[in-house]
Amino acid sequence: MTAPTAHRSSVGTAHTRVEGRDKVTGAARYAGEIPFAELAHGWLVLSTIACGRIRSVHTAAVLAMPGVLTVLHHENAPRVDSGHVGVLGVPPDPTAVLFQHDRVPHLGWPVALVVAETSEQAREAAEALVVDYEKEPHDIAFPGERPDAHPVDGHVPAVTEKGDLEAELAASAAVVDVEYTTPEEHHNPMEPHAATARWDGGRLDVFDSNQGSTWVADGLVKLFSLDPASVRVRSEHVGGGFGSKGVRAHQVAAVMAATALQRPVRVVMTRRQMFSLAGYRSPTTQRVRLGADADGRLRALEHDCLNLTSTVYDFVEPGAAVARALYDADAHRTANHVVRLDVPTPTWMRAPGEAPGSFALEAALDELAEKAGIDPIELRVRNEPERGPVSGLPFSDHHLPACFREGARRFGWAERDPRPGLRREGRWLLGTGTAAASFPAGAAPSTAAVTAEADGTFTVRIAASDIGTGARTALTLIAADALRTEPERVRVRIGDSDFGPAFLAGGSMGTRTWGWAVMAAAGELRERLVAEAAVPPEGITVRSDTTQAVAALAQKERHAFGAQFAEVAVDVTTGEVRVRRMLGIFAAGRIVNPLTARGQLVGGMTWGISMALHEEAVRDQVTGGHYGADLAGYHVATHADVPHIEADWLDEATDADDPVGIKGIGEIGIVGAAAAIANAVWHATGVRHRQLPIRPDRVLTAGPHA
Amino acid sequence: MKEFGYQRVHDVSGAVAVLGADPDARFLGGGTNLVDLMKTGVERPARLVDVRELPLDRIEPTRDGGLSVGATVTNSDLAVHPEVRRRYPALTQAVLAGASGQLRNMATVGGNLLQRTRCGYFADVTKPCNKRVPGSGCPAVEGEHHNHAILGVSEHCVATHPSDMAVALTAFDAVVSYETADGPGELPLADFYLPVGDTPHLETALPAGALITGVTLPPAPVAARSRYRKVRERASYAFAIGSIAAALDVRDGLVREVRLAFGAVASRPWRARTAEGVLTGAPADTVTFAAAADAELAAAKPLPHNAYKVTLMRNLVVAVLTELAEETAR
Repeated sequence: MTAPTAHRSSVGTAHTRVEGRDKVTGAARYAGEIPFAELAHGWLVLSTIACGRIRSVHTAAVLAMPGVLTVLHHENAPRVDSGHVGVLGVPPDPTAVLFQHDRVPHLGWPVALVVAETSEQAREAAEALVVDYEKEPHDIAFPGERPDAHPVDGHVPAVTEKGDLEAELAASAAVVDVEYTTPEEHHNPMEPHAATARWDGGRLDVFDSNQGSTWVADGLVKLFSLDPASVRVRSEHVGGGFGSKGVRAHQVAAVMAATALQRPVRVVMTRRQMFSLAGYRSPTTQRVRLGADADGRLRALEHDCLNLTSTVYDFVEPGAAVARALYDADAHRTANHVVRLDVPTPTWMRAPGEAPGSFALEAALDELAEKAGIDPIELRVRNEPERGPVSGLPFSDHHLPACFREGARRFGWAERDPRPGLRREGRWLLGTGTAAASFPAGAAPSTAAVTAEADGTFTVRIAASDIGTGARTALTLIAADALRTEPERVRVRIGDSDFGPAFLAGGSMGTRTWGWAVMAAAGELRERLVAEAAVPPEGITVRSDTTQAVAALAQKERHAFGAQFAEVAVDVTTGEVRVRRMLGIFAAGRIVNPLTARGQLVGGMTWGISMALHEEAVRDQVTGGHYGADLAGYHVATHADVPHIEADWLDEATDADDPVGIKGIGEIGIVGAAAAIANAVWHATGVRHRQLPIRPDRVLTAGPHA
Repeated sequence: MKEFGYQRVHDVSGAVAVLGADPDARFLGGGTNLVDLMKTGVERPARLVDVRELPLDRIEPTRDGGLSVGATVTNSDLAVHPEVRRRYPALTQAVLAGASGQLRNMATVGGNLLQRTRCGYFADVTKPCNKRVPGSGCPAVEGEHHNHAILGVSEHCVATHPSDMAVALTAFDAVVSYETADGPGELPLADFYLPVGDTPHLETALPAGALITGVTLPPAPVAARSRYRKVRERASYAFAIGSIAAALDVRDGLVREVRLAFGAVASRPWRARTAEGVLTGAPADTVTFAAAADAELAAAKPLPHNAYKVTLMRNLVVAVLTELAEETAR
């Protein structure tokens, strides 16, 4: 047994990724590169119309092409059950319920799968496949007046309201009533979606790249009406997900083909296919109305967010929800509406709701600060809520003012002249801006197993997913502390649905959720080891299930908070905007691994630069499909766009009620980042840019002063 | 992806002979554009003839004081060559403003000149495009065109030429040399790219099957004080939304000689001869610079979403010429 006195805490110390060497040497295999004997390759064929019906699929010519094994489509594919509810409590997105009917609800809808001996043969045949359509007119116009928009409850309620908004606005000394828009944005993880499916000894064995093996296994079990014990989904290494890697067309296609051919089949999405098959963030049109007393106290806050969804599935990007944690007002109304269009279904994308919502709300706060003549930080501090503005629940902690204080000190905010358009350096106008960030700290039930091996090491098994966040390493540190041992003695195995149910990598809940289950099992194992004389050859395994513990957690408003700062340079004669530096100070509970935590936060802030200045998927009104759907056409920030970014955090005391003390950090880095940049652009130029991204042509045509 | 043959050639006459015998073959330089287009199905050659081992990788001074640049010289080698940096600094700046280090290590001078437009409709075989499929239509005119052409456009195509390098070469009166089965030939870069008209699929005046063997830069003392400025939607690794190559010689406050070419505004690098005419002999001040830009841009035919390019190019002309004039004064 390890002596308790020898143990030093691993949580809180920087630790490189336990699988880092495997990844940089190529030893780590990703879903699309694991070798299999007899592997066949499937290639998805997507619709080229945005609305209508499939009249016919001309398979004969393609079946005669070299290497082609089969073509699956709506007339010959197996029937599946789309009426079920998945682990997230929602039915499957029909985009993944492949080949069940002839209806085409958007451009890029999967209409067939061509399977061949090689990937190249499959692609050539897929591109040669002729599909006849009965085309109908499509409607993809967003934004604009949409009387057909309807409120949708997503992972949060559609609408919350209290107080008399109009009366409070009328009584306010300063009022802001502004509209903001954000474009369609895509996850674009480095690794495309890829899955290999095979039947092995009566079990369906799927090698996938996903954010939750339990999630995907459950989806496949229910779609194909299989015994849960007969499906195994593994996802050992994942090259990014950001919300896009759940149950998707590639896994379903691979299972259908593996079943039809009785051999392993791999399906990989191309980058272009990902634009219509992997989900995306809906564009938003947001109206924010704020009313404040002369001292800046909010009397009225209204945030209305309109987004789009497909005609086959209601997904809502709840941009208006961010105000439910950040600010209170006597009259407080937040509402999320969607309009159904002939487009693919959007999905969760890094900080769903908070990312676009914080842009509008935090830019509007900046406009209110200008109108009221109050410092933007002071305005936010004066409006710190005592209880959840909507829930009325107490906060576990609310360290937003502390984040702003520390950030202001480090950024040099006190020396800032609030007047816009005054600072010039050569051709560049300079400005600074700030914004608040918040993100819920949720937890979900999970199971874990921890084994004490006879050789004195430990093995943790949990169906967690490391989508590049460093989750595997974080869980190693958490387990080591719970076992009072060194991380080198702990082996963490993840990404396998056979390890028992676990929540997915999403909602910034992974480390908190899985860490909880690992701590529970490891804690009990340690007690067992005290009682046992020796570890038997098969080891001693303890399983945990946190379902009851999570349900018993005291009801509170639990959030991570942050303060974002940005300095920008703008050349109004060319429209170029360059971020010079950013600083983010966060309060996010106990930080498990400072090394990967900083990577998460800086990564989120970098995405904020991208969101503010670059990212925008363009939809061609005539065809209804994308224009430039690749990484040449869809710009993300390059290295040269990312200046000095500093992310740090406060030592946040653990809430006594909370047995874990860990909050998520995967998403809060992007929240408020785009607003801080937009506010800095105003400070530099005197022009408010309420439409993202802040492109050169928009800066150029906005003129020097609005 | 269509299966294709691959063959390496080691002498120019052999290369030309292979292509002459097989109209479905294409020369392969760095492959930084052609291979992408093959993956997306825009190009479907039956055979690739790899010309990178041809003895065309030298940069040499010409007898009259210019420079001769071989067709297979990589963009990286061109950019760092001491004589290029000394005599034609805008060319170095233009090349370094393009693509990424990895791409510049692969891309060749000849291939750079022949690269295709990055118009998103051209690159997507599921959409119409007059350049890719003549007569199929141009969706950009009604659709997405915020980075399309404003000069020399036609109703049939508003795509831009993507090269930065070619903009600087155009400003410096470069001449393209080529080889055909019938012997060698030359084309001034100004005449190399064809007007769009109703044949946007016909892009260059190069005879069928011709191999570019090099580019000659004539002597141009004015080019020693030259600049390339590129505006793009992110700091690196993006095509221009507007660019300018300029060289300026000012004596006694008057413009003695000027070279001006625009990028990302037309189907080819746009030599701004009208602006040069206004500038030559006129006072080197912002009033003249603006008037020159306005004279050149009077011919612009912007669409609803790319009208900003007129303002952008005007601002660029004034800004870059002002910088060059201030340097001359120093």
